[in-house]
Amino acid sequence: MAALGCKWDALFVLALASLMLSCKGDDLKKSNDYTESVSGGEQSNPHAVKADDLQQNEADGHEGEERDGGGRQWQPTGVWMGEGPEHGETFTAPPSKDQFQEEMVLRPLHSGDIYASFQFRTQWDTDFLHDGNKASHYRLFPKSLGQVLSKFSVRELHISFTQGYWRTMQWGQPFIPSPPGAELWVWFHHTVMDVDENWKELTNVLSGIFCASLNFIDSTNTVEPSASFKPLGLGNATDHRFLRYATLPREIVCTENLTPWKKLLPCGSKAGLAVLMKSEKLFHSSFHSQAVHIRPICKDWQCTSTSWELRQTLNVVFDLYTSGQGKKEWSLFKMFSRTLTEACPLASSSKVYVDVTDNKGGELFDLTPASPLVSTAVVLGDRRTYSVYDLTKKETFGQLRSLNPLLRWKRESDEMLRPLLHAERYVSGFGLQTGEIHTCIYNNHPYRAYPVLLLDTVPWYLRLYVHTLTVTSKMHENKPSYIHYQPSKDRVRPHLLEMLVQLPPHSVTEVTVQFERALLKWTEYTPDPNHGFYVGSSVISALVPSIVAMDTNSTHERPLFSSFFPTKEESSYFMRVYTEPLLVNLPTPDFSMPYNVICLTCTVVAVGYGSFYNLLTRTFQVDEPSTPLAKRLANVIRRLRGVPLL
Amino acid sequence: MGLLSDPNRRKALTSLLTRLNTPICVVCYLAGIAWFMGLAFEPFTLRTYMSENAMGSTMVEERFSSGERALSTAREFAAQKKKVGGMPVDWLVKTMQARGLEVFTQSFSRNLPFPDESKERFMVRGTNVYGILRAPRAPRTEALVLSAPCSPGNSNNQAVGLLLGLAQYFRSQIYWAKDIIFLVNDHDLIGMQAWLEGYHHTNITGMEYTPLQGRAGSIQAALSLELSSDVITSLDLVLEGLNGQLPNLDLVNLFHAFCQKLGILCTIQGKLQRSDWDTVEGYTHAAQTMMLMVLKQASGRPWGEHGLFLRYHIEAASIHGINSFRQYKTDTTTIGRLLEGMVRKLNNLLERLHQSYFFYLMPSLTRFVSIGYYMPAFGLLTAILLLRALDLWVQLGSPTAVMEDGVGDAEVQSSPGVLSLLTPVVISHLTGVALYTLPVLSQELAVQHFPVSETEAVVLTAIAIYTAGLALPHNTQRLISGEGTEQGWKVLKLVALLYLAVLLGCTALINFSLGFILAVTLVPAAACVTPHVPKALSAVAMVLLSPGCTVLYCIFLFQELQEAPVTLSEGWMLFLSVISQGVLDHALYGSLVYPLLSLLVYPCWLLFWNILFWK
Repeated sequence: MAALGCKWDALFVLALASLMLSCKGDDLKKSNDYTESVSGGEQSNPHAVKADDLQQNEADGHEGEERDGGGRQWQPTGVWMGEGPEHGETFTAPPSKDQFQEEMVLRPLHSGDIYASFQFRTQWDTDFLHDGNKASHYRLFPKSLGQVLSKFSVRELHISFTQGYWRTMQWGQPFIPSPPGAELWVWFHHTVMDVDENWKELTNVLSGIFCASLNFIDSTNTVEPSASFKPLGLGNATDHRFLRYATLPREIVCTENLTPWKKLLPCGSKAGLAVLMKSEKLFHSSFHSQAVHIRPICKDWQCTSTSWELRQTLNVVFDLYTSGQGKKEWSLFKMFSRTLTEACPLASSSKVYVDVTDNKGGELFDLTPASPLVSTAVVLGDRRTYSVYDLTKKETFGQLRSLNPLLRWKRESDEMLRPLLHAERYVSGFGLQTGEIHTCIYNNHPYRAYPVLLLDTVPWYLRLYVHTLTVTSKMHENKPSYIHYQPSKDRVRPHLLEMLVQLPPHSVTEVTVQFERALLKWTEYTPDPNHGFYVGSSVISALVPSIVAMDTNSTHERPLFSSFFPTKEESSYFMRVYTEPLLVNLPTPDFSMPYNVICLTCTVVAVGYGSFYNLLTRTFQVDEPSTPLAKRLANVIRRLRGVPLL
Repeated sequence: MGLLSDPNRRKALTSLLTRLNTPICVVCYLAGIAWFMGLAFEPFTLRTYMSENAMGSTMVEERFSSGERALSTAREFAAQKKKVGGMPVDWLVKTMQARGLEVFTQSFSRNLPFPDESKERFMVRGTNVYGILRAPRAPRTEALVLSAPCSPGNSNNQAVGLLLGLAQYFRSQIYWAKDIIFLVNDHDLIGMQAWLEGYHHTNITGMEYTPLQGRAGSIQAALSLELSSDVITSLDLVLEGLNGQLPNLDLVNLFHAFCQKLGILCTIQGKLQRSDWDTVEGYTHAAQTMMLMVLKQASGRPWGEHGLFLRYHIEAASIHGINSFRQYKTDTTTIGRLLEGMVRKLNNLLERLHQSYFFYLMPSLTRFVSIGYYMPAFGLLTAILLLRALDLWVQLGSPTAVMEDGVGDAEVQSSPGVLSLLTPVVISHLTGVALYTLPVLSQELAVQHFPVSETEAVVLTAIAIYTAGLALPHNTQRLISGEGTEQGWKVLKLVALLYLAVLLGCTALINFSLGFILAVTLVPAAACVTPHVPKALSAVAMVLLSPGCTVLYCIFLFQELQEAPVTLSEGWMLFLSVISQGVLDHALYGSLVYPLLSLLVYPCWLLFWNILFWK
């Protein structure tokens, strides 16, 4: 067991090491393999186009995997099933520099809810970071973001706004995880001299662009994680001095954030998939998350030059109980109160995917209209099957000239999921002096141990007692193989704790650390101090052994010669899990009558204590009445003369 | 303070205080009692008002309509309970899941230190079931709790039914901002204690439980529901929690506001409000309600399931449905609406309930007495102790007066010796420690040698030690240090007076009622006792004013106020069971009244007893 643990540890460290050396020589070429295939839109071979799209789809799910070193040489595992000669003619994008793709995935969830995930990808062929030339021509890429990128020398930018908490136990894994509230992490170009200054200005600018309170990001909630957040795009930047990471767990996401986000799309919300984004429906849901990811990618096969990729994602989970009105059925119209009628004219591909994996033989739900296109891919370690609706084709819309997939549930499946990796966090204890933060990480894999990276950012006003840090799995101490701890400074920076912990198979690993609640200065309290203070989510990053690899006995889908040794990309996948944020009460003065309090305290201290102290420490004697001046003078003279005083 | 730093004027003041000491003390005592009794008089009290803006201005509309379905669920639950012979865990899990909640269970077990005869249990083992309704688009940071106990027999089925009915209704609403936890707990308070300890991952009372799997952040407020009939005539609000803690007054206001809105009769301490405050009956009624609250609060035990939440800084109250012979009945739908309204308002809260009072007494549901009004009553009583101490201090500090009288042995008197002082203090506290520890420790021994049950053994041992303590201190004191001096008892009394003043003061800050009740009986005893009064008579008076007898009076008074008077022998039996309950409450929930009485108040009283028999 221990040996196995060591092995996996070593493997993970290797993966990290390869990451450090990534994009040199061989690695660069490997990454080319991938980017070439996703950007090859102009090819006329229909087969190739479809494969690329599929790859694209899979890559979406594997966002993190490709960042993790070896994950780059990612290969399609999809098999085309419903492919016929009638789909020979394909849409070919106009040969232009910029490109735009849009797609939506609908996943009926285990709990009866439905998960809709939009992805919009804009590729911008310009390279201002290297040549120093200013980008002035914009076609599809939003100018507001382009200017920000060039002004602040940003290499990579990831920003997400989430309202709600992703319920892993009921919904499984999201395609792109995000913590409740706002999250922002940015890699700056290595030529940046003053990263902190750039970061500060950048957050203020982004705050304006997205109408969010990102201007509340300052040094007290910004950290530089050493291992948890690596660049997802091109580049060999691994010096974490150029990385800034911050979360605002209190941020509330609403329509005002959605509107600027929609404006970044080339078609706005006028055409394409974006017509579905009506805020009254999007915010009538259990979970809402929108994100913007910008990263540099290779432009062509040889990677001679780079281009920028802007990926906008929006994830929504609709609640069966509150929006289903009793009926267990879903349709696009029911979810968004709109149907699809056309693709965005600027898009080179526009697709709707519906996950039909669990619907073997149509026993779980009915999907109408059925789509002739089916694709299979390994997404988040699991082999999934999708029905595909291509919006660029006329026949997709049928007679009514609108697409409205309808999904009717046939039976219930209520028991909770057991995801391979999930985590929860809570504060234990009572009273306003001390407390303990518990983070429980569950590894539900039946036989494999794997390491995870835990990142914890705790504000300074919870003073962590690091000597009380314990990591236990299965009642035994579990020594982390890597710990990076940066202590907090009062009013300057937060605690940062990063650990590499090996999770034994089928176990719960509990990380606990005690803290003391600080008494703030009275101007430092928020306007609603009795609500409590937020502590952002912990981030757990891991390469999780995939479900596909678990199933070593399955030979019916693949030829025998391909299925003995697990291939790298199938054996594990990258996953990030965010725990819930914490709400901690700090000792709070009674602000409702500060005047009374101040007066009372001052009176008690000044009058009561002062005079009693006086009375207790002094001895009192009756003063002799003072001698008259004449007598005193006479005494002085007498003393000089040496005769007894009067 | 110039008055005190000027020796002449100081002397004048002290001589005045010394001379008029006894009349001032008597006046203080009477004024204290009168003040306290005046608190129930309506013109002297304040009207309750909603302080929390988040709950005040936004009236919610109640739409809950499936009361009948809730009752049928209750009947189903009752049938399942009968079938399983306890908590129907599987049925509850399935039912909650069908209502769209995330359901978890927690099993727990607890060995009682000795059998609880009133509830007939010794080894408790059970399972709590709770379902979490996740609020849409909320990050799991805040939660509200609605709980109902799964009681033995036929009681409380309707509460569980209504809970499940509300769960179903709440699940289909979109306005929730906080997660709502629906908890059905086994074995009433013990189950609740296990759940709360599990939720907060603490272990204060030696409970064994399985860790909780699902949580929902910090709990903001909790309501506990007890309903045993399909229709009710009135709802009673129970506030008194562990160690006399009370929930924020806004929770009371919330309950009252919705009762008014929905036309439900609501009571506190089981007493309806009367409008004729200016008549004698009206005043007596208010005084009775307030006295009941004082007695309940002083007992320091949780009077409902909500009582245990208060320790965790969670505002909580129990709502108890009463079905009496009145004509006017309220159906389950209306109670459901009441709860819906309350939970929705609590859901609207931006901050924890903190705007209103935490320290108050209630002579009726719309009137309250805040801490600023009731504390003077207690202050007047403790002032007596300080005045007596001052008197003694002056007497001790002026040996010249004694010299002039011609009593020669000033040298001996000025140093009474630390040993002669320390001995009674240590011995009385050792007696206290024995009273605290021995009853539970020696129960096995007692059961072997005497024909009693464990519970009786514990209670009788406690009483035996208490009585034996009366004989111990002064005998031992004589043995060790020989003759006591005049100066000696004065110093001892000074120390004891200050000790009692500090003790009562601290107690009253935490639990006003307990402090006040103790002060009413202990202060006269402490103020009057000297070795020079007639022994037999004052010994009887002292015993009658001892903490043990105070408990006995409280029981009689409580029964009288509850309109269930008891005879002497019944009262004695109740007294015995109250002692055993006190010991159990301390062991099970951490109630502090028993240790406070045995470790501090009783030894302090023994010091005065010691002075009475000073040789």
